[in-house]
Amino acid sequence: MNHRAVIRSLGIVMLCEGAFMVPSLVVALFYRDGDAPAFLITIAVLMLGALLVPIKPPKSGLYARDGLAIVALGWLVMSVFGALPFVLSGSIPRFVDALFESVSGFTTTGASILTRIEGLPRGILFWRSFTHWIGGMGVLLLTLAILPMAGAGAVHILRAESPGPAPGKLVPKLAQTAKILYILYVSLTLAQVIALLLAGMSFYDALIHAFGTAGTGGFSNRNASVGAYNSLAIDLIIAVFMLIFGISFTLHYQLIRRNWKSFWRDEELRFYLAVVALSVAVITWDVLRHQLLTPGAALRQSFFQVSSIITTTGFATADFNAWPALSKTILLALMLVGASAGSTGGGIKCIRILMMLKLIRREMTRMKHPQIVQSIRIGGRKVDSETLQSVVLFILFYLTILAVAVFLVAADVQDLVTGFSAVLACIGNIGPGLGMVGPTGNYAAFSDFSKAVLSLCMLLGRLEIMPVAVLALPSFWRRVSI
Amino acid sequence: MKIIIVGDGKVGYTLADNLAGEEHDVTIVDKNPEALRRAHDNLDVMCVKGSGVSGKTLLEAGIRETDLLLAATSSDEINMVCALTGKKLGAKRTVARIRDPEYANELAMLKNELELDMIINPEQAAALEIVKLLQFPSAINVESFARGRVRVVDIKMTDDVPIVGMPLKKIASRINASVLIGAIERDEDVFIPDGEAVVQAGDTIYVVGNTVNTFNFCKAIGKCSLRIRRIMIVGGGRIGYYLSRIVLELGMKVKLIEIDRDRCQELSELLPEALIIQGDGTSTDLLESENLYDMDAFVALTGRDEDNLIVSLLARQAGVQKVITKVARINSESLIKALDLDSIISPRLITANHILQYVRGLKNAETTSLETLYKTANGQAEIIEFLVKQDRWYLNTPLRKLKMVKNAIIAAIVRKNEIIIPHGSDDVHRNDRVILFVKGLSPESLDDVFQVQEPL
Repeated sequence: MNHRAVIRSLGIVMLCEGAFMVPSLVVALFYRDGDAPAFLITIAVLMLGALLVPIKPPKSGLYARDGLAIVALGWLVMSVFGALPFVLSGSIPRFVDALFESVSGFTTTGASILTRIEGLPRGILFWRSFTHWIGGMGVLLLTLAILPMAGAGAVHILRAESPGPAPGKLVPKLAQTAKILYILYVSLTLAQVIALLLAGMSFYDALIHAFGTAGTGGFSNRNASVGAYNSLAIDLIIAVFMLIFGISFTLHYQLIRRNWKSFWRDEELRFYLAVVALSVAVITWDVLRHQLLTPGAALRQSFFQVSSIITTTGFATADFNAWPALSKTILLALMLVGASAGSTGGGIKCIRILMMLKLIRREMTRMKHPQIVQSIRIGGRKVDSETLQSVVLFILFYLTILAVAVFLVAADVQDLVTGFSAVLACIGNIGPGLGMVGPTGNYAAFSDFSKAVLSLCMLLGRLEIMPVAVLALPSFWRRVSI
Repeated sequence: MKIIIVGDGKVGYTLADNLAGEEHDVTIVDKNPEALRRAHDNLDVMCVKGSGVSGKTLLEAGIRETDLLLAATSSDEINMVCALTGKKLGAKRTVARIRDPEYANELAMLKNELELDMIINPEQAAALEIVKLLQFPSAINVESFARGRVRVVDIKMTDDVPIVGMPLKKIASRINASVLIGAIERDEDVFIPDGEAVVQAGDTIYVVGNTVNTFNFCKAIGKCSLRIRRIMIVGGGRIGYYLSRIVLELGMKVKLIEIDRDRCQELSELLPEALIIQGDGTSTDLLESENLYDMDAFVALTGRDEDNLIVSLLARQAGVQKVITKVARINSESLIKALDLDSIISPRLITANHILQYVRGLKNAETTSLETLYKTANGQAEIIEFLVKQDRWYLNTPLRKLKMVKNAIIAAIVRKNEIIIPHGSDDVHRNDRVILFVKGLSPESLDDVFQVQEPL
């Protein structure tokens, strides 16, 4: 492995994180809640990363292994340093808790151990939400956009950090691709901030919620999340923007290039929107059947909650814990499905589910016609068998990790639903689950061990398992890997 | 520039590598996912899986905004259809590789009908390259400029060359040939010499002049004791065929050794003047019985690099004056250099270089009057050809009154059919082609190489 190149990249990541902390410092200085020193110290520590940058790699090429190491270690480093302001400001005194919160932020999970959010220093809350925004599109992708890093080998970094079975470039040049993605990301975020301001939100709250939506994270600065505003306009704006950020950025790029056809003909998008529509309909019907809400409110609540869960954001306007079993089951299933590949959302991703469904259908056809030769197609294009295999393996691996993690946290929970949904909400980067960790609850009651397990789950989920999992292989670290 | 390359084979990959390195936006189209993966992992390019003849695939690759489409798949027919489709879909320029000798006579018609901007025939290009080398047996490499009127010949200096140890300004008076030494390569380093520079043994000098004068220069320095008359070629593939045809036309005698009997029959029909020998060209006995010792030149063109290298070494040992070796795999370049062979040619590199030269010319043609550009001596120095289109302040002024920037030299001025190796009293006119040697500079027009003089 190109150790020097990896270490150098980690230095760059530290510097970037330091730069990202400056807006939070400005907010802290503006509101004078006493959290500015925490940011100053952390930024000073992060600037030490500059010492690593002059390290010259012996050879400039980056290979698959280096890309994986840079991404996985980069995320660990970011999470550890991102936790420092929480500890130093005294908002979250224990490091394990702070790390959980920081990982939850960067992985855009939005699971919190805080019992009371309102009343914390506003700089800290701003940082907490800003980590969503950074983590949503990925820090390393940003470094690719602004620094001319390692040329062609850097494609391995893009591949390890971006979600989806086959992440690719939008334009031939990698740096250009990264720039386009970030320009789209920033413009959409700004659009949402403006929409929220028009709907009557304060500038600070608008920023916090736009960050939470853009990264599909879900941290709010209110205890009751978005429900606290009790405004139809805000609900709708956030729900629609959540759906937008749950769509692949490649498709947004197609929209900008006025390529309407390939946007609407995209099979994953159609699947995603169909799942949303169907879920909203069934939940509305289920809630009405139990006469919990008026028809208008039922539609509004179910639309917001479905949008929030499938995009793995985790904002809430209602306590869906109190909803009937059918509705809760649908939400659990949506947690598993997740958003589109190439978006900022988590979960297994629609495209993988779609491929798996098609595989199952082919297997059934094969029972009838044993000699059949049939290729799996997505959008009229054949999916090669290697991709299919990796998709099936990914889903299996995902479920295995889910099962193992449920065992590991089982000692800490009173009921099965809490344990299961907590792990599912963490690995899918959603945030709130059901039971004790529902929209009104939090993760404070878990032991340190369980918090560590759940933090790991979040990282595994955000980086789509493999980049983190290979770190556990001893041979990965050997200089000569045989 | 936006460039689409169809076909991710040897040539496609080399081209993509070079073009992406020169900051072009390159998209590769191929059907083979394995080949695409290699390109995607190692190069900063975009890959599109699909057939190059399918309009859908080409549209996906962005054919509408493409400046140049290069069709370099293994099939001539696919390349032709691909280039045609590409042109119709909006590619500004198309280049296709067409290599089958059966099409060779129809190339002009094909080029016209398919609206191709350039046709690349790697085997023919390789054969032409070999012919150039055979015409200048002492040269390592020969390049043509101003549509073939000006040649740049690279010559390796050895101890027995009379001009070694002589400053350049004295060489002119000693040798009666109008040539100019444009660059000297010494120990991996290149410099643009002035009149005081001294030629040393071991240098490679770049000599500029017209065909006759460069040849006379070679003769005068004793690097060209005899013209090549008898050539032995091992391997009767496409390059062997093209090469034989050209050198036979030039009046040289060809002995062609080919192992396959059917191919020998075919060749004897195609090349009635050549002596076709059926046999294993790597066998010493056969080579000796066919008088390897009496040959002026030996060209190894079999399909196996190893065989080519071994028989070339044999020929070298037998004292053949000029040995040319075809090597397809260029990855082991440093190893081959250590073997002390004269000239190594690689069809893939030649093809890639031709196209690169074309692309560079295009890129510059958009902004300046630059015509062709050739990188020499490991890319350290460049030979550039400018066409003077407009009236400039430095025209019609004797060169000795003009001051040039450092590391640049005017090597030749081409005026209609006349080639002037410039002296202080010569001047540049409108519509002249000016050939320059530069090092470490990238002049965009001729204006950049003349220093504006302060008015006295």
